[in-house]
Amino acid sequence: MENLKLNVNIAGVSFKNPIIAASGTFGFGVEYKEYIDLNHLGGISVTGLTLEPRKGNPPPRIAETPSGILNSVGLQNPGVDYFIDSILPKLKQYDTNIIANINGNTLDEYCHMATRLQQIDIDMLELNLSCPNVKQGGVSFGTDPEMVYSITKAVKEHSHQPLIVKLTPNVTDITEIAIAAQKGGGDAISLVNTFLGMAIDVKTRRPVLGNITGGLSGPAIKPLALRMVWQVSRAVEIPIIGMGGIMTGEDVVEFLLAGATAVSIGTANLVTPDSMVKILYDFKTYMHNNKVSSIDELIGGLIVKMPT
Amino acid sequence: MSRHIAEVVENIEIACKIYKMTIISNQVAQSAYPGQFIHISIPHDESLLLRRPISINRVNRNNNQVDIIYQVVGKGTKILSGLEKGAELDILGPLGKGFWIPKGTKKIYIVGGGCGVAPVRFIGERWDYLDITSFLGFRGKPWAYQIDEFERFSRKVFVSSDDGTIGYKGSIISLLDKHLSVENPDLVMACGPVPMIQALQKTVLKYDIPCQISLEERMGCGVGGCLVCSCAIGSKDKWDYKKVCTDGPVFWSEEVILDGESETKC
Repeated sequence: MENLKLNVNIAGVSFKNPIIAASGTFGFGVEYKEYIDLNHLGGISVTGLTLEPRKGNPPPRIAETPSGILNSVGLQNPGVDYFIDSILPKLKQYDTNIIANINGNTLDEYCHMATRLQQIDIDMLELNLSCPNVKQGGVSFGTDPEMVYSITKAVKEHSHQPLIVKLTPNVTDITEIAIAAQKGGGDAISLVNTFLGMAIDVKTRRPVLGNITGGLSGPAIKPLALRMVWQVSRAVEIPIIGMGGIMTGEDVVEFLLAGATAVSIGTANLVTPDSMVKILYDFKTYMHNNKVSSIDELIGGLIVKMPT
Repeated sequence: MSRHIAEVVENIEIACKIYKMTIISNQVAQSAYPGQFIHISIPHDESLLLRRPISINRVNRNNNQVDIIYQVVGKGTKILSGLEKGAELDILGPLGKGFWIPKGTKKIYIVGGGCGVAPVRFIGERWDYLDITSFLGFRGKPWAYQIDEFERFSRKVFVSSDDGTIGYKGSIISLLDKHLSVENPDLVMACGPVPMIQALQKTVLKYDIPCQISLEERMGCGVGGCLVCSCAIGSKDKWDYKKVCTDGPVFWSEEVILDGESETKC
């Protein structure tokens, strides 16, 4: 399995393999260093950053649903300055790409964040227009194609790193949003963020989550995510980072076939901290067993007979 | 602190829907200290994604056996309760920052309520050289367990139940209050449901006794990455959400800010 070509290129940035830790599920990476060799990862998209520190939502913040997890963390983070000063130096010791996931309540805040990160040694920016757990910004920006276009365009003007736009699935037609992100100058698209959902405790007649609603992730959403990745891959030219319930190497293959160039792993990190290494190993095993020597043979390789 | 496979040695119901499972884990037995927990992957049902955090009741460093106690409350714990000798569990642990003994501590009170009795037993097992008095609260006699184990290391064990079927009828904290009014231990260490912890916070504040409490919260990764098991820690004016999994589960009582709506989910 040594001679497999696993590296991919996303907007000029080379990833040693297609496995990226999804923002919000892997902390800043360093929390996991005792469990997983971070050098084995293609990249890490760090916990969603905001301009100022953010406390996040009241607990409980997690509920288990069939084959899924609902969360309502609400972007708890120590702020972009703390990330730059205190966390990034530790993360830079590892040989993996670092993606800063940025969030704002206003267009100005998004631009400020991009400006603040201009001179910082990170590989890519991920514009989060999709968090379902914050009242302002996030998903409310991400559901309107015109807003997605104007924010992407404005942030692109302020950023020095290639820009990924992360999309919410909570829309009627995700291709409209993806096209708007591409038109605004986005260099890549990541999808999907979580689906808005809720869980109710029938004993107490109360919502399980402190925030009432939360974002659903895990294998429960994989077919939905896969469908959206496929739709978007046919609508835009820019590369796609696919995600949504990936737990196995074969799940990775499915997303690549649907048109993703790389994948993000989220919920699996909560299930077992070294999941990504196992998924990468399984993915390589699939390639080996199926005589696939290069990942390029899989990307967008879905064989379809379109219904007439 | 590692992910490994542990073998089940015994799994028995010791009180109503409360099970004691003994597993073999070299890592946990050798390095765990009181207040820490293990994070168990539920076997046989892949739709149950999350691990279950379960506190450590006792370890035996000679034969690497680890006891955990859990209450059957849902599908995951139901599956655990059906595991037999020889079954294998995928676990992470020991995890968390547990109880600690500040310098000069000689006399301690241990307080446990319901499922919270399980982790505080480990305190007495490990630090049995201290002068220990234990206060154990249960719903009623069918739910009571391990009182005799506490008698082994305690100067005295006080028991209460909600319905009076075992021990004193009423809250274990009112019993604790009576004792604190005549005697001051150096430290109180506690675990239990939220209403008990809230009453305890008021009581130890009244007598100005240092108190460590172990919290529980719905948990995700268990290793500090996902930020879901948060608890408000600090003072009313200045607080932050800390991680129960790695900043805790044990905190000083005066810095824990609990929401009245919460309830225990042992």
